Amino acid sequence: MHTFLREANNGFVPPSSADFDFAPIFGNSILFTKPVLMVFLSVVIAATFFIASSRKAAIVPSKLQYAGESIYTFIRNELGRDVIGPEFMRFVPFLFSLFVFILVNNVFGVIPLLQFPTMSHIGFPIGVTIFSYVCYHYVAIKKHGLGKYLKDICFMPGIPKPVYLILTPVELLTYLVTRPLTLSMRLFANMFAGHLLLLVFVLGGEYLLMSGILLKFLSIFSFGLAIGLSFFELGIQCLQAYIFTLLTALYIAGALADEH
Amino acid sequence: MISRFGFLASGEGASPVIPKPAEIIVGFIAFGILFFLLRTRAVPKFEKAYKDRTEAIQGGLERAEIAQREASQALTMYQAQLADARGEAAKLRDEARVEGAAILEQMRTSAQEEASRITTAARASIDAERQQAYNALISQVGAIATDLASKIVGEALDDQARQSRVVERFLEDMEKAK
Repeated sequence: MHTFLREANNGFVPPSSADFDFAPIFGNSILFTKPVLMVFLSVVIAATFFIASSRKAAIVPSKLQYAGESIYTFIRNELGRDVIGPEFMRFVPFLFSLFVFILVNNVFGVIPLLQFPTMSHIGFPIGVTIFSYVCYHYVAIKKHGLGKYLKDICFMPGIPKPVYLILTPVELLTYLVTRPLTLSMRLFANMFAGHLLLLVFVLGGEYLLMSGILLKFLSIFSFGLAIGLSFFELGIQCLQAYIFTLLTALYIAGALADEH
Repeated sequence: MISRFGFLASGEGASPVIPKPAEIIVGFIAFGILFFLLRTRAVPKFEKAYKDRTEAIQGGLERAEIAQREASQALTMYQAQLADARGEAAKLRDEARVEGAAILEQMRTSAQEEASRITTAARASIDAERQQAYNALISQVGAIATDLASKIVGEALDDQARQSRVVERFLEDMEKAK
């Protein structure tokens, strides 16, 4: 759709947020846009892979089981056991699903044909963040009781009284607004920016290719850069999935801790 | 066309930071489904594999430990039995020595008894024989003496030659008479 716009204009049109909008594939329903279908596809892929790889649960793992198990073990031990502590096992399924879900949806950004990181639509990160948000508040309230939890947030112990004037609003804001906001915004913005960056070089290369002989030659560099950046993006996609999960684990650990 | 990164939605391309409610719901539901599936189907299996593996390793170690304990128990038992056997052997040897000594003593005693018995018997029989010989001699000496005296008296006892002749003849007669 971008191509058509540009040809009509007869000049280079830089990619914009409009490139992130997809018309429904069929009908008018928003449920049949590319990103929505990709999110469901990610569920199918992730669930199939991990159910298939864990099905046998053999002592000596097959290659498939080993692949699934390495990812699971990584989340279980690095993010669960090491961050949350003794009660970690309760949260492992959640952290594991979180990481896998975000990872698959992010990596869609560099998979040929799909080539769109679904998390660059802010609605999806928000949908996942709701889980984290509810989870760490619920855990804290269940563990300490609502009253003590609020008291701990508002009045951090061991601090001179006048400081509460500043600290209490900041803490409240952190727990109730900033955390979920940054959690979803960070993921969304990274994916959005990364995809936009790739678009710039791909569309730029395409534009150069359509132009004069000399510019055609230059398009090689543009495409080359796009390919290089795709690998860079792959790294960022994995990193963002990790960060999201790590922060959720840290929030849960904080909720379980006796002192805030 | 200008990129729109403003917070306000404008026209066809809404601001990217304004979430679409439908996508929030889809994200929420999709994640929920994945969470449910992984929690019920994948995680327990992975944990089972972990547990089995740990048990396999730990079980092996425990089995080895048990085997070692049994082996050392058996060793202690055998050593005890060996010590018992040695003690038994020593006791038997002592007993045998004592018994041997007793037997030896007994044999010596009985041998001595036998010897003294034989000696006594021999002495008794010698005594008896001597007595018999003496008795026989007594009776014969009388007769001989009488015989000799009568001969001496019968002959003339005047000279030495005659006397000795008489005695010699008497002795020769006695020899013949035997």
